[in-house]
Amino acid sequence: MTDYFEVFGLPRKLRIDPEALQRSFYELSRRHHPDFHQGAGAEAQARALEASALVNRAYRALRDPLARVEYLIALEEGRELREETTAKAKVPMDLLAEMLEVQEALEEAKASEPTEETAAQLREERQRLQERYQAEADALVAAAPEWDAVIDAGGERRGLVERFKQRLAVRAYLRTVIDDLTQALGEDDGRVAHRRH
Amino acid sequence: MSRIVGIDLGTTNSLVAYVDGAGVPRVIPDEAGRKLLPSIVAYTPNGVVVGETARRQLARHPRRTIYSVKRFMGRGWDDVRDEARHVPFAIVPSAEVVRIRIEDREVTPPEVSAHVLRALKQQAERHLGEAIERSVITVPAYFNDAQRQATKDAGRIAGLDVLRIVNEPTAASLAYGLQRLAQGVIAVYDLGGGTFDISILRVKDGVFEVLATNGNTHLGGDDFDRALVQWLLADVHAQHGVDLAADQEAVQELRLGAEAAKCRLSSEERAALTIPFEGFTYHRDITRTDLEQLIAPLVDATLGPCRMALADAGLAAAEIDEVVLVGGSTRVPLVRQRVEEIFGKTPHSQLNPDEVVALGAAVQAQILAGGITDMLLLDVTPLSLGIETLGGIVSVLIPRNTTIPTLAKEYFTTSVDGQTAVDMHVLQGERELAKDNRSLARFDLSGIDPMPAGMPRIEVTFLIDANGILQVQSKELRTGKAASIEVKPTYGLSEEQVSQMVEDSFTHAEADVNARLLIETRTEAETVLNHVRRALAQAMDLIRPDERETIDRAIAALQAVEGGTDRDAIRERTIELNQVTERLAEAMMDAALKGAVASRRADEILKEP
Repeated sequence: MTDYFEVFGLPRKLRIDPEALQRSFYELSRRHHPDFHQGAGAEAQARALEASALVNRAYRALRDPLARVEYLIALEEGRELREETTAKAKVPMDLLAEMLEVQEALEEAKASEPTEETAAQLREERQRLQERYQAEADALVAAAPEWDAVIDAGGERRGLVERFKQRLAVRAYLRTVIDDLTQALGEDDGRVAHRRH
Repeated sequence: MSRIVGIDLGTTNSLVAYVDGAGVPRVIPDEAGRKLLPSIVAYTPNGVVVGETARRQLARHPRRTIYSVKRFMGRGWDDVRDEARHVPFAIVPSAEVVRIRIEDREVTPPEVSAHVLRALKQQAERHLGEAIERSVITVPAYFNDAQRQATKDAGRIAGLDVLRIVNEPTAASLAYGLQRLAQGVIAVYDLGGGTFDISILRVKDGVFEVLATNGNTHLGGDDFDRALVQWLLADVHAQHGVDLAADQEAVQELRLGAEAAKCRLSSEERAALTIPFEGFTYHRDITRTDLEQLIAPLVDATLGPCRMALADAGLAAAEIDEVVLVGGSTRVPLVRQRVEEIFGKTPHSQLNPDEVVALGAAVQAQILAGGITDMLLLDVTPLSLGIETLGGIVSVLIPRNTTIPTLAKEYFTTSVDGQTAVDMHVLQGERELAKDNRSLARFDLSGIDPMPAGMPRIEVTFLIDANGILQVQSKELRTGKAASIEVKPTYGLSEEQVSQMVEDSFTHAEADVNARLLIETRTEAETVLNHVRRALAQAMDLIRPDERETIDRAIAALQAVEGGTDRDAIRERTIELNQVTERLAEAMMDAALKGAVASRRADEILKEP
């Protein structure tokens, strides 16, 4: 798959100065945007369109520190990244065990309208999971210097990639449980939740 | 290279603008100096008329005078079922693109819009003294692919090469940006006649980067008018015991009156409405509070999209540096108040909210022409694009608020040995189930070489161009062969249909020009006739019997030709009638009765600022 770090002439490192990234995004956009190639031939216009689309996708993948980690993992593994594609790492057993109770409550809530009391409990549980979901994201972003050090030293990346994948898997799992809770609480509006990348 | 103009194709009014030699964007006025062309098209027995002339047909010929057609662009019958009940013209139920029936013929919304575009094109050609063939046209930011495509089709039918479809709020930001009137993170709140958009942009170093956009393509000033009309109908019933709801002409009179009253209530606390109906004259004082109670739920409906745009941009309201108001409906004080509440700062509209979108379109046109090189607009796609997968679930390929142009690739294979075709269903929207989203098109990929099931690897590229319009390409990776794609737009026109319409438009062009001239002449004759009749009724004793006879003869002479198609005869006799009534006018002036001649109808009040 295309290396978006290369599009911006950057090494495959996670710490990126957002101001500098934005500047080079604007610069590349000025060079490739179809607006500035109107007078050119059909082929040159098509090339500008593709180049501009690539720059836009690359910026989207890299501008947000968390999305950047997800993209990095996909890149390392040579997969095509798609919005709902999650890293196929296993969710740790202890987390699954911990969730047993929540899952049970969920099943009950799905089977019949939850009582006020159950609903309050589910909301509380969701709040807790949301905090944890955020904590996982923070941990991922916080690990950026560690990754960059490995790259600088030309060290072995496998271990870190696996750790990142694990955290992403936990996040994906938590997301599912949070969404299920929202649905069980009847607060779901049927919209697809998109995170901003 | 020929000039490129910028066009704001509005629900209520349309404008055309260009950037002059000094680099200043300007709206091009018509011959009478008017900048706003009412987006109204009247199909008369003699041909098609557009704009002010068509507006005068609204009350008289409601079934063949089309207004607010933008609300029907790129729509299917299911989307407009509700809308259709509120307009006096006939919307034909159909499985595909919506059609409007006018007597024995049917027209599509792009064809109706093409008449408005052609009028603007001619207006620009007359003013600039050169042929205009290329344009930028604005659309609401929240318009989906089908609505954008329909707008592009309308341009083609009107003989315009549409180089770019630009979002209205972003166009407005370009007009502000050109004059350095907006910097930093800005929110553009655009409430027009029929649509609402909110766009959040970062303006920095000449780059206009849209961070998020949201909106409602079925919410605008029209809905305010409609709420007021319903209220007036109930009031007429209460006051006079008459139900006018089924009387199309009366409803149109009320609609025009409601619109005028609404505009007046933006600057005044109360407005008086007087409409003469058959058998009674309806009078009503409307206060601003009355209006605000009626429209409050509609105004509040714009706040949800504002919140969602902020969330998608990852910003809090406090992080917005400036709030800019666009669209005529932002003149309504309640709208300003609500906007101020949600963003926590006073919004401004330094540039005329009616003109700013057209001016911005002209700026974008100038960028495309190479005349401006230091400004760049980076817009987004307003809706997520996805394909239907097993179980009717949508798989999102390009999420909403992705900077355009953008592309996504998806891979398909076959499920049966020897299968040579694969079909896919492309949708736009934010819902999880395919059936809840807007169907854009079904694609048939064919010409796949027969292979065992699962062997072919077909790469499909979904590309959203800078217009926000989808292009699809595909190729079979094993053979490198481009698979052919047949597109079946769900609510759009096919290539053949558009070509046919372009051809038809040439055939009708001359007839339409003649029709406009004839109807303008007739309207003028009717106006003079009405004035003279009223004057005679009021000032009969001021003139001699022989003068009265001359006037009666001139009236009869004009009446004899008025319904015909001889334009010169109608004009000559109108002039004659004017001449023989000069003495009458003088006498009335002397009698200080002049003011009494002007008993105005609601649609004449509208012409005033």
